[in-house]
Amino acid sequence: MNKTDVLIIGAGPTGLFCAHQLGIIGLSCEIVDNLDKAGGQCIELYPDKPIYDIPAVPECTGEELTNNLLKQIKPFNVKTHLNERVEELKKIENRWRVKTSGNQEFDVASIVIAGGVGSFEPRKFPLKECEKFEGSSLFYSIKDKTVFKDKTISIFGGGDSALDWAIELSNTSRVNLIHRRDGFSGAESSVQKVKELNDQGKLNLYTKYQIDSVSGDKNIDLVKIKHDDGEVKELKTDYVLGFFGLIMQLGPILNWGLNIDKKTITVNTENFETNIDGIFAIGDICSYPGKLKLILSGFHEGALAARGCFKYAKPDEKLRFEFTTTSKAAQERLGVKK
Amino acid sequence: MAKITYNTHDSKTHTIDVQNGLTVMEGAVQNDIPGIDADCGGGMACATCHVYVNEEWKDKLPAKEDGEEDMLDMAFEPKQNSRLSCQLIVSDELDGLVVNIPSKQG
Repeated sequence: MNKTDVLIIGAGPTGLFCAHQLGIIGLSCEIVDNLDKAGGQCIELYPDKPIYDIPAVPECTGEELTNNLLKQIKPFNVKTHLNERVEELKKIENRWRVKTSGNQEFDVASIVIAGGVGSFEPRKFPLKECEKFEGSSLFYSIKDKTVFKDKTISIFGGGDSALDWAIELSNTSRVNLIHRRDGFSGAESSVQKVKELNDQGKLNLYTKYQIDSVSGDKNIDLVKIKHDDGEVKELKTDYVLGFFGLIMQLGPILNWGLNIDKKTITVNTENFETNIDGIFAIGDICSYPGKLKLILSGFHEGALAARGCFKYAKPDEKLRFEFTTTSKAAQERLGVKK
Repeated sequence: MAKITYNTHDSKTHTIDVQNGLTVMEGAVQNDIPGIDADCGGGMACATCHVYVNEEWKDKLPAKEDGEEDMLDMAFEPKQNSRLSCQLIVSDELDGLVVNIPSKQG
């Protein structure tokens, strides 16, 4: 059981800065995120793309912004639980119990949902029959590559994940790489490498093809692919891998009884609390009249939500407003050496 | 102003006057037309505003930029006439455009 004052759901810029604001006012928190690293959309969707509207930062990338925020919260030693998705929520007396997909349990006074547009999940094949094989002979990510040794693998996609795995697995497996067009979105060097391997007969590249059907008894043994002009090809295969990036889904939070409007959670603008006492929502996931989906708005919302959390964590204490420039307590928490 | 027709997957047709300068995605979102999620808010980063444009419009629309085709790789069942509706900016020239919304975005 992890006992702390506040659980932050989402390690994007808004969640990270909220952790900072909690730290400044002396509350402890832990963060849960479904991705394998902090940064949220900044890291997953645009790590290298420039952002021009962070106050006092004329230009930075998603990755730089994330690294700076992580640096800013370092003094508070915030524990971050990655690769975990929140699942169950229960109220026990005045506190909340939250359980994650990895069976972590949290005992907290309040919760701040900074979940962006939801948790990132792999985008799947459009075919219904794919579900049957998912996890046994059809995968959207690779945990253990040794199972593919000496097998035939059909990889779908044209981004870096598809190309990188096609190249890597071609060393030990027979690889078919199937993509819907001649162009690829992955790195040019990987595209060249794939084309070389195809010319050397070390992998089979099929472009302008998409998945048509999969079949097999317990495991997949055949995948059919269809060309733009309608021609269908049959490929014998042991495994099918799909790399179509990630999609965002609100997931189990939908069932927590929160007021949801168009995939966002309605909050008040005084402290960004939801319709449930002790549960706050900030950043892209919250909505209120005038809401702007900007990182800077998320920072503001996080600062107010952190203060809203105070009365739940320390009901007998009064929160005094202070500036970090002059507050001894805040500077001690930040570890400032005089 | 242009009249844009959105055919949703439940076989309903919605014809809406969309102001010049908005995107076809925004026209759908602001008018509560189901099936266009636009998770990233128009940043060409998610492919959840994917639409199929009617054949006769395919070559009349401004060509795709590189990033759009890359994102369409990620879309649900992309076809030759697939576009990201966040990249289609409404103008008088788009009057009468018909787009079909796929059965799902993810």
